[in-house]
Amino acid sequence: MLSGVAMDTAAQGRVFAPWNDPDEEPLIQFRSVTKRFGSFTAIDNLTLDIYAREFFALLGPSGCGKTTLMRMLAGFETATEGTILLEGEDIAGVPPNKRAVNMMFQSYALFPHLSVYDNIAFGLKRSSMSKPDIAARVDEMLRLTRLERFARRKPHQISGGQRQRVALARSLAKAPKLLLLDEPLGALDKKLRQDTQFELMDIQERTGTTFVIVTHDQEEAMTVASRVAVMDDGRIVQVATPAEIYETPNSVYVADFIGDVNIIEGNASRQQGETIRIHWAEGQEPIVGTPSAPIAEGTRVHFAIRPEKVTITAQKPAGRANAFAGKVHDIAYLGNISTYHVKLANGQILKAQAANNQRIDRRSFNWEDPVWLSWTDTAGVVLTG
Amino acid sequence: MNIRRLVLIAVPYLWLVALFLIPFVIVVKISLSDTALAIPPYVPTFDLSGGWDGVKSYFSQLDFDNFTFLTEDDLYWRAYLSSLKIAVIATVATLLAAYPIAYGMARAAPEWRPTLMMLVILPFWTSFLIRVYSWIGILSQEGYLNQLLLGLGLIDQPLKILNTNLAVYIGIVYTYLPFMILPIYATLEKLDQSLLEAAEDLGCSRLSAFWLVTLPLSRPGIVAGCFLVFIPAIGEFVIPSLLGGSRTLMIGKVLWEEFFSNRDWPVASAVAVVLLLLLIVPIMLFQRNQQKQQEAEL
Ligand SMILES: Nc1ncnc2c1ncn2[C@@H]1O[C@H](COP(=O)(O)OP(=O)(O)O)[C@@H](O)[C@H]1O
Ligand SMILES: [Mg+2]
Repeated sequence: MLSGVAMDTAAQGRVFAPWNDPDEEPLIQFRSVTKRFGSFTAIDNLTLDIYAREFFALLGPSGCGKTTLMRMLAGFETATEGTILLEGEDIAGVPPNKRAVNMMFQSYALFPHLSVYDNIAFGLKRSSMSKPDIAARVDEMLRLTRLERFARRKPHQISGGQRQRVALARSLAKAPKLLLLDEPLGALDKKLRQDTQFELMDIQERTGTTFVIVTHDQEEAMTVASRVAVMDDGRIVQVATPAEIYETPNSVYVADFIGDVNIIEGNASRQQGETIRIHWAEGQEPIVGTPSAPIAEGTRVHFAIRPEKVTITAQKPAGRANAFAGKVHDIAYLGNISTYHVKLANGQILKAQAANNQRIDRRSFNWEDPVWLSWTDTAGVVLTG
Repeated sequence: MNIRRLVLIAVPYLWLVALFLIPFVIVVKISLSDTALAIPPYVPTFDLSGGWDGVKSYFSQLDFDNFTFLTEDDLYWRAYLSSLKIAVIATVATLLAAYPIAYGMARAAPEWRPTLMMLVILPFWTSFLIRVYSWIGILSQEGYLNQLLLGLGLIDQPLKILNTNLAVYIGIVYTYLPFMILPIYATLEKLDQSLLEAAEDLGCSRLSAFWLVTLPLSRPGIVAGCFLVFIPAIGEFVIPSLLGGSRTLMIGKVLWEEFFSNRDWPVASAVAVVLLLLLIVPIMLFQRNQQKQQEAEL
């Protein structure tokens, strides 16, 4: 999680942000696309731009329409309404075999009767490429995915992780403009999944292909993606870089979906300069927060703050905009950090994270210890959605 | 090994010995005998009352004359070859008819599949003989098929189909169609649809996806179906007797005539033994195919 955000800050250092450049034409444009299966709406009036060389992640709970979106790009489903443009051209009438788009299937869909080599060569043999060129390209793909030793094996003679790499090599072999990856790492265990994530990023960077990856694992999306689209019920709730999604979610849904968060509901008072006060419980001081846009007095708002932004101390800290007294209710020790669940006077439980980098006798708060939670007026986000 | 497992393994073997091996030994024994005007119509007969000498003289009278005879009269090897040819052509024809049906069944909505399967098996509910007889009514000069074609004005002379090899092919295809459809359907139904999407995604048209993915992956079903049709078709006797003409030469028919018309049991038995030896090759190939498929599924 944290490493994902750190990675992205590094990526921003290279200033790859075509979505901020008004002159840049998107590779893919969804324009008010709706997809219905009978009376069921799987994709609901969706508009989205994806740029060349992006590693774009679709994130959302199962059944929210991610696969449907991918299948429309690959050509297996047609939009009920709206248009999808690839390099500015409507792809509605283009069959899957004529699109410069390849898909890595959720089930890998490797041809069981063909060897690893022939699986990778399959797409190339359908093009006008000459035999020696095909052989060279397949060898290159085998090297890229480190499968040289398994070229002659059949898919059932290799491991799950190797199969996944064959599927990746096969979909990359034709050097598509766009590669679709539908939950590509779902079947792998955690360690292998992390290794493969970095491998994917590496391959994406080396080949310069645009990747669209579907995942329901938020950590994976944060790790690999240049931008993340959070979906819910056929709609896109937010599209932004992983850091933005994490730091400034635009709704409670996104804040709650990505990472760990405290959410407090309250009424906004009149704005004073940059900040507002949120009245959230009888007998508690209002929370001071900084909304991104002006908020009318009396609006029902949610205040979202990440546990690592909440400081936990034994004494009341001086000069903090927000400080609340409570008692340690529960402690989750995670090795490098600990998460403290603190019960405030009114019964509200807030989570606070502290790094375990202090001397052991000073580090820990214990169950039922009285503590103070505090944060600055810009540490959390004020959400109206 | 404990007793229970021994019994479990013994049951199928006892079955095989009782229903296959013993009758086969009897047939082999008759094939080594000579014809005689007697009941049963061959000598020697096995008689234990003569003691050890009786048994010895019994074996000394057995010979391979009947097998030698089969090589002398070219009727027999022509009948074997002709059976082989008819069985091969009929098997291919059955495959061509069965594949689209199996494909359609596998592509049908899942709720329809049991019904379609039922329809394929339904003909087995009536006697095979009656069904073949009814083809006489369809294919004869005055039969329904000729009436229909004449009525539609497609022909002005009734076609002679009955009592030709064509009628035999029609009869075999009709009779053995389910044996071809079912194994092919079984492989097609298991076929993962995402493989076809993957093929299209990689640049195949629908048709080439069929050739490159569907067909090779249904090969085990095709092979099984072909053996299930070919092996019984080669020895088929009812269909050529009822639908075929006097010039339709099939070993099953020759065997029948040898046995019932000539009452030459020893030669008929020799014909049967040779037929079985010939069939051992395809049967073993079939077994290997089944085994390979099972291994691939593990
Ligand atoms: N061919 C189809 N017919 C009917 N409903 C479908 C079809 N494909 C997908 N759906 C429905 O559309 C919704 C979105 O599916 P999908 O895109 O597969 O979700 P995700 O990949 O996000 O889990 C689901 O509720 C699913 O049941
Ligand atoms: Mg899905």
